[in-house]
Amino acid sequence: MMDSPLVSVQHLSRAYGHLLAVQDVSFALQKGEVLGFLGPNGAGKSTTMQIITGNLAPTEGRITINGIDLLEQPKAAKAEIGYLPEQPPLYRELTVDEYLRFCARLNRIRRDKVDAAVRRAKERCGLEAVGRRLIANLSKGYQQRVGIAQAIIHTPAVVVLDEPTVGLDPIQIREIRDLIRDLGTEHGVILSTHILPEVQMTCSRVQIINQGRLVFSDSIENLNRRMDTTTLVVAFDHPPAADELAAIEGVERVEELADGRFRLHHAPGESPAPRVAETAVTRGWGLRELTPEHKSLEQIFIEITSTEHAVEDAA
Amino acid sequence: MIGTLALRELRSLFLSPLAWSVLAVVQFILAYLFLAHVQDFIQIQPQLALMDNAPGATQLIVAPLYGSAGFIFMMVVPLMTMRLISEERRNRSIALLFSAPVSMSEIILGKYVGVVAFFLVLTALITLMPLSLLTAGTLDMGHFAAIVLGVLLLVSSFAALGLYLSSLTVQPTVAAVSSFGALLLLWIIDWAGDKVGNAEASGLLTYLSLLRHFEAFARGVFSTADVAYYLLFTTVFLVLGIRRLDADRLQH
Repeated sequence: MMDSPLVSVQHLSRAYGHLLAVQDVSFALQKGEVLGFLGPNGAGKSTTMQIITGNLAPTEGRITINGIDLLEQPKAAKAEIGYLPEQPPLYRELTVDEYLRFCARLNRIRRDKVDAAVRRAKERCGLEAVGRRLIANLSKGYQQRVGIAQAIIHTPAVVVLDEPTVGLDPIQIREIRDLIRDLGTEHGVILSTHILPEVQMTCSRVQIINQGRLVFSDSIENLNRRMDTTTLVVAFDHPPAADELAAIEGVERVEELADGRFRLHHAPGESPAPRVAETAVTRGWGLRELTPEHKSLEQIFIEITSTEHAVEDAA
Repeated sequence: MIGTLALRELRSLFLSPLAWSVLAVVQFILAYLFLAHVQDFIQIQPQLALMDNAPGATQLIVAPLYGSAGFIFMMVVPLMTMRLISEERRNRSIALLFSAPVSMSEIILGKYVGVVAFFLVLTALITLMPLSLLTAGTLDMGHFAAIVLGVLLLVSSFAALGLYLSSLTVQPTVAAVSSFGALLLLWIIDWAGDKVGNAEASGLLTYLSLLRHFEAFARGVFSTADVAYYLLFTTVFLVLGIRRLDADRLQH
């Protein structure tokens, strides 16, 4: 772990009247990380993003961007952030070039460097061909890309993307994901989404927020490990008694399903699959199916968000 | 930074048909009035020639022309200022400004300068008409300058109020209606003053009236008290606008 994180959020809370949208959220983002922010609708994802980017003032808490306090020196801190809100903040009456030039100037890029910055941003987001077109006439996917180009034009240390792939077609989604992964090598990226596979594909670390609280925070490897199977589903033509299956070494518990199927529970990492197959062949049970069950990210997500138990572990 | 924001505002204004139609309509109406005033002036000129110390073209043509311009601006400014902030809110494009390294004062001032620049253009176009009289006669340039300055101060205070009301709402039309209502009230507030009977109250209402301060300029009187009134008026509403944007981040 490096000593100075790009973004550090400490004990962040935000109330709307009596409603606590975000409660006591703390996390840090290191350089070269893509942090996935997951949560069901209304969990407080967008609120957190808005606070980090200075669009909302927190009720409590402290945020530093690259070591600069966002509340004490907002201008200096905001210069280090690029933000794509849920709805891209575009001026539809301008052309892509005009818009990006304005964004560059807005982010205090020197007049003589503006053209180079615009060209670079367009190149990274695949916008070279549409520079002279009106933003209003672009498709949703291209508008989204203009939104991302706007967020990276001043090469900020941190890029915050709020649901960047909503409303795009599958090919565009893949392109945007590639772009995000690419951004992660140079910038720190915070990505908010409710699409789970997106997190698996693009992020190096995952945080799950539910009802304003951070309930899970871990690396993507640990999350994948959590998804490892502890059950096998087997089906036989001549099903044996459940006791016979339970006697096989490594099987902890047997659940009988319909049509000669069984679910075998075992300890994590010690699959009894080879022994089950062997036994089935020698005893002539007529094995026709043997599948390890995968826990999907959805299941884990539901598990985590439906239990009150908070996992506050060191990230 | 203010320049960047102002230029963007001006560009967006001129990319919309609204700015062009406002320029065209205002110019057309004022040109019509100008011709009517010139016509009147020509008709009464024989009588004026007999008078001592007769009023000149500046008093009889330029002053009423700019008086009408002020009144038309009162109706047009709300149309131009209504979108300034409310539409950015509605399109959510305001997030771009909020997350950029610019302060709220720069956002407000940038937008303000942008819209005032539009009215500078409009006023410049109107000013060309009286200037054309120079080909046939003379104008009292001091008086003329006072009138133009008066109109500019008037329109910039209108714009400040419109900008502030635009920052209060998400609906451009609500901003337009409320700006127009507020301006009209401030325009005619001294009418009630005459009927109050109480000299002090009547004086206060007269002081508040946007029109009364402009009348001094129209007579060719350059008074710092009137300039101060307009500057104060403008500053108050710009500061209120900045405070309003700041408050945006605190509550929703």
